[in-house]
Amino acid sequence: MSKTTAPVQRRTKLSCSEIWKLYGPNADRPAASRDEVESRAANGRCFAALSDVSLDIGEGEIFVVMGLSGSGKSTLLRCLAQLVEPTFGNVELDGRSLTRMGQAELREVRRHDMGMVFQHFGLLPHLTVAGNVALPLKIRGEKAESRDHAVATALELTGLAAMADRLPAQLSGGQQQRVGLARALAVGPGLLFLDEPFSALDPLIRRELQDELIRLQAGLHKTMVFVTHDFSEAVRVGDRVAIMKDGRLRQVGTPEDIVRQPADDYVRNFVAGVDLTRVIRCATAARPASRSDYAHAVSGQGRLSDAAETLMAAGGGPIAVQGEDGSLIGEIDLHAVLAAVSGKSLAGEPA
Amino acid sequence: MTRFRPRAIWLLLPAAVAALWIAQQFSWATRFPKAWELPVAKTVSKSAAVVTDNLSWLTRLFATAIEVPMTLVVALLSEGGALTLGGFALDLPPLSWSGLALAVVWLGWRTGGPGLALLQALGCAYLLFFGQWSAAMLTLASVVIAVPFALGAGVVLGIVAWRMPRLDRWLVTPVLDLMQTVPAFAYLVPTLVLFGFGPVSALIATVIFALPPMARVTTLALSRLPGAITDLAAMMGCTRGQALWRVLLPAAMPMLLVGLNQTVMMTLNMVIIASMIGAGGLGFDVLLALRQLDIGRGLEAGAAIVVLAIMLDRQGRVLASGWSRGQAVSRRRGLGLVLVLGALLGTTLLGQIHAPLRAFPESWQVTTGSTMDSLVAWLNVNFFDTIEAVRVFLLMNLMNPIRIALASAPWLGVMTIVAMLGWVLGGWRLAVLGLGVGGFCLVTGLWDETMTTIYLCLTAAILSVSLGVPLGIAGHRWPRFGKLLTLAVELLQTMPSFVYLIPVVMLLRVGDVSAMIAIVAFAVTPVIRYTMAAFEAVPPALTEAGTVMGCTSGQMLRHVQLPVALPTILLGINQCFLFSLAMVVITALVGTRDLGQKVYIALTKADVGSGLVAGLCLGLVGILVDRLFRAAAARIAPQEPSSHA
Repeated sequence: MSKTTAPVQRRTKLSCSEIWKLYGPNADRPAASRDEVESRAANGRCFAALSDVSLDIGEGEIFVVMGLSGSGKSTLLRCLAQLVEPTFGNVELDGRSLTRMGQAELREVRRHDMGMVFQHFGLLPHLTVAGNVALPLKIRGEKAESRDHAVATALELTGLAAMADRLPAQLSGGQQQRVGLARALAVGPGLLFLDEPFSALDPLIRRELQDELIRLQAGLHKTMVFVTHDFSEAVRVGDRVAIMKDGRLRQVGTPEDIVRQPADDYVRNFVAGVDLTRVIRCATAARPASRSDYAHAVSGQGRLSDAAETLMAAGGGPIAVQGEDGSLIGEIDLHAVLAAVSGKSLAGEPA
Repeated sequence: MTRFRPRAIWLLLPAAVAALWIAQQFSWATRFPKAWELPVAKTVSKSAAVVTDNLSWLTRLFATAIEVPMTLVVALLSEGGALTLGGFALDLPPLSWSGLALAVVWLGWRTGGPGLALLQALGCAYLLFFGQWSAAMLTLASVVIAVPFALGAGVVLGIVAWRMPRLDRWLVTPVLDLMQTVPAFAYLVPTLVLFGFGPVSALIATVIFALPPMARVTTLALSRLPGAITDLAAMMGCTRGQALWRVLLPAAMPMLLVGLNQTVMMTLNMVIIASMIGAGGLGFDVLLALRQLDIGRGLEAGAAIVVLAIMLDRQGRVLASGWSRGQAVSRRRGLGLVLVLGALLGTTLLGQIHAPLRAFPESWQVTTGSTMDSLVAWLNVNFFDTIEAVRVFLLMNLMNPIRIALASAPWLGVMTIVAMLGWVLGGWRLAVLGLGVGGFCLVTGLWDETMTTIYLCLTAAILSVSLGVPLGIAGHRWPRFGKLLTLAVELLQTMPSFVYLIPVVMLLRVGDVSAMIAIVAFAVTPVIRYTMAAFEAVPPALTEAGTVMGCTSGQMLRHVQLPVALPTILLGINQCFLFSLAMVVITALVGTRDLGQKVYIALTKADVGSGLVAGLCLGLVGILVDRLFRAAAARIAPQEPSSHA
């Protein structure tokens, strides 16, 4: 798990500014100005699925949009993917405006730089696993040899190589979603949209695929927009998480930011339900080192839960917390862990 | 949403009473004055004549274009013959029966295993040994030609309707509705006038008849695709064409194949009916036998139709379900295919030398015609009194009262009741539709015939419901009986409507009772099916709740199952009524005096105007009944809490 505490300065891959999406009478008509869209949203006949959403999503980051049903999270994803045209606002990919792009140009972008994974997989029942993965390549007119190569690579990556000739109906749900993932990866896109990709799966399979996604991402460094209604999934897979309610962003930040400093009671409610030892990293909980030599050490990147065994072996600590290069960041002991989890005081800073 | 309007009922009663009172005071309100009728039929005939006169080059061109593939298929499957193409004459032998039968059985084996192969073998054997092969192949040839046309046109129309919802709503759906409710007979008249008596006009009528369900299924299948599939097409960067052909249509294929099977069956049904304008084949044999009252031959040809229908249906279903499981297309089938085609070609060529391979030897054929004749004669001698008693009972106690009530009802009263009913059930739109339909029947001078038609349908519906609902309930309660029932219903539905007439006429002679029994046999199937389905669909939680409350099975039926199942059963009754309307027309052959008879007479006289107008009357009545039932079902349905979120 290659995650860093401090947000890395990333180049912006996908961004949206002041996105509005209205539903209702005349809602298909795009608004010319911000004033217009606001007054239309306020007059009560339209329903605003998205109100004034602005985001910058960095290259190579898994950006999770979390919200309950009706929060507008799927609408946001669909606006970003241009499956739905926002009533107002701009979406940019690599500095090019998707919203102002013509159909043909958008098609080219989608053929080369976008992939999407669906909640209910969206596999074509008559095509084999390999056929499904090959489909987007066929659509963009790829030659047979390079197509076969790309399909084989994608299947290898998702652990499906042995199942290439099966039909979707012969696969389990988890395997079907692996096919969905392989298909999205096959065109080698820089940007992936994942619309509740694991929500239709059993809890155990869901965890397995979450781990798989994190593992894949460590090697691929794709930019991903990941929509979920499951807060623990959000903080598990996300580099950053946006929490939505009623079409607005309530909080955007790293999982640790959110669990440590929930912006409001709404967010706090979600935080109450997660196991904080699986979110907070050792480096975050560490206090300044009190000596120079420790018998045990853990990685600062690891979560508190990962340090549990070492802490037990050390009789409760203190043990060293090391940076990626092996340098000493600080120390933790049981007290520090409890303090971090209870949120009372963290390494000298008041909560 | 729309609440029941109890006050409307209080309006209904006085309005009806007032209408009746007026009808008693003024004779014009009882019988629609002749002077008020409009010459709709004549006008239609005249304009049709103009079209025929001016467009004969087009119809002739069209006919020629269809005739070439038609001749080819007919020659190959049935009679052999010469195909002339601009000077060249190609002499074609018919494909050998042995090779064809082998191919049919092989296909059954490969796709459906030994069971289907056995069925197909038995089917072929029946057709061969009873001397029906040649006629059956002629019928099959018409089906083979008509299906691709109906399919292609249906799919294209379906796609257009799906792409343009507004066009669909205002034009395509209403037209398709009308096409499906206007009886098949009515199509025959204009095609007869435009294209003349013969296989080509039969084919065109068949295509028109079989097209609507395919168009419907296509639109439905496309619009029911999961959102992920349409999103997928967009996100892969598909062009519109790519999205349609590479993603959407393949994904919709299982449902489209069900539609295809339906199209094949409808085509067969219509090919049989179209024998009246020269389609030939099995339908013609039945028609001839019916006219000559040749019982044995009629039954044998009728049975051949059933056999052919079952063979086509089973094979079609297996292919459809096999495709969606991805098994129909396998790569290792090449060798078998080559062998079978080789056998087909070989036997055909050998048949040129060795006659028994070309045509099934007559000495091998059997006929049960005389046995059948004597069986029917025996039945008539020994059971005449019983049969007659049933016939008279039905006539005196059920049919005649309804007929007299409807025939003597003043038109003004009927119109008032229809309009009020429409208003109560579905608001002013439905009331206007009711008035429009009634008005059309009045001004075209077809009121009496319409009333006779409604009398037949109403009686048939009453009988079907009182027969079908208990049967359906029994089928649900005793699953083993239910299975048998399902099998019987499927068999009944596979049979082309024409076939129903044969046994009835044999036993009961021509007349309203025969017609009635044939209609009920045809129209009872949806009642049974919908009732069973409705009871299956009652949520187990509800019946469990009933059990826990201590319901007896009677109480369960009355308080739990029937109320929940009622909307669906109502739709079944609706279907029953529409089935009856379709069948009424065909029973014109056994001498009823309804709209169907009008169409039939128009057909024999090639009178486009009266044929179309009478057909339209039937179609409009069908649509009105359909809308009324749907409105009623929708009114009942929302009262239960929706468990399907």
